Amino acid sequence: MYAQMVKSESTQDAPEKLAAFQARIDAGEKIEPKDWMPEGYRKTLIRQIGQHAHSEIVGQLPEGNWITRAPTLERKAILLAKVQDEAGHGLYLYCAAETLAVSRDELTEMLLDGRMKYSSIFNYPTLTWADMGAVGWLVDGAAIMNQVPLQRTSYGPYSRAMIRICKEESFHQRQGYHIMMKMAQGTPAQKKMAQDALNRFWYPSLMMFGPSDKDSVHSAQSMKWKIKMNTNDELRQKFVDQTVPQAEFLGLTVPDDTLRWNEDKGGYDFAEPDWSEFFDVIQGNGPCNTERLAARNKAWDEGAWVREGLMAHAAKKRAAKLAAE
Amino acid sequence: MKNEWPLWEVFIRGQHGLNHRHVGSLHAPDAEMALKNARDVYTRRNEGVSIWVVEAAHITASSPSDKGPLYEPSESKVYRHPTFFDIPDEAGHM
Ligand SMILES: [Fe+2]
Ligand SMILES: [Fe+2]
Ligand SMILES: [Fe+2]
Repeated sequence: MYAQMVKSESTQDAPEKLAAFQARIDAGEKIEPKDWMPEGYRKTLIRQIGQHAHSEIVGQLPEGNWITRAPTLERKAILLAKVQDEAGHGLYLYCAAETLAVSRDELTEMLLDGRMKYSSIFNYPTLTWADMGAVGWLVDGAAIMNQVPLQRTSYGPYSRAMIRICKEESFHQRQGYHIMMKMAQGTPAQKKMAQDALNRFWYPSLMMFGPSDKDSVHSAQSMKWKIKMNTNDELRQKFVDQTVPQAEFLGLTVPDDTLRWNEDKGGYDFAEPDWSEFFDVIQGNGPCNTERLAARNKAWDEGAWVREGLMAHAAKKRAAKLAAE
Repeated sequence: MKNEWPLWEVFIRGQHGLNHRHVGSLHAPDAEMALKNARDVYTRRNEGVSIWVVEAAHITASSPSDKGPLYEPSESKVYRHPTFFDIPDEAGHM
């Protein structure tokens, strides 16, 4: 999930208005940009959609790292297409956020100066080619778990962005799993790389769903407003149940000694990730936080002359056209 | 913020001869770039055969509070629907 621990904002609106709004949501109506909405709903959505958009954008960096070093031209073209999709996902989501009266530049600036977050997962490095497999399989896999139910979220523009994104995600996960299959069936050294990638990405992927429900303070209001559709633990369980058989098929071992099928609950029992590591990464102390934000800041700063130049060019063309009329 | 590229709404006609349909929006300095960006952002998988871009500032939209005055009058005009008229089966298909 690309939005973790989204703090829900309080609302000071009149109780009758809030009740009428809640009734619309309970009836399954979509809320559209010009409709009345509680201030808390609007602000929570900006934070959540913005965080999701930033994750798509920053998420290009760990995979972009391998584009020039992909093992074949075909793999390179596939990875390039996948990373380009992620840019598109970021753009769909920024547009959805902008319908809530926040500008694109404001959102960008809040990412760049650290006021807004992106998913903790992108603060881990991609050390080998097998990591491209693990990222597609596990990271996009976890994102899909979260994004599929969000297609039904109450806010119209967000829901429509999610529908577009979900159409494209399945390719991401499958190309990743395909890389893992090749590596796992390859030489012993390649299989070892695949296992090592799984070992490093397993727990960070589980963290993507956010803290355990018992420590998740922000869920109730967001679930009532249908901004959040499932609890963190529900989604994490679903992810584990889906992923463990896929790891077995690869002949790889999930790095969890306590992993057991639990007949009674019809799901796996599994070890929780180290939450202190999670909070540390969120606080900015993960292995790549500094590098990721530096890369985004550099891109923004060094792109300034292009943004300004194109605006100046557009103004000049407009003036010339007017003069000719 | 100071000099942000304007927002454009993007409409795409899909493969099957339907009307252009709103698919989303994007930022671009001018119409030409908006078209180019729309191609990259919204037609990566053959989604369209034609693109329109319209600067969002040029769109006039109805407001939700007009919902009543705008749409209620048509609710009482049920005779605008073919099912309002009972035609006996003997008259044949109509
Ligand atoms: Fe994505
Ligand atoms: Fe994603
Ligand atoms: Fe993806």
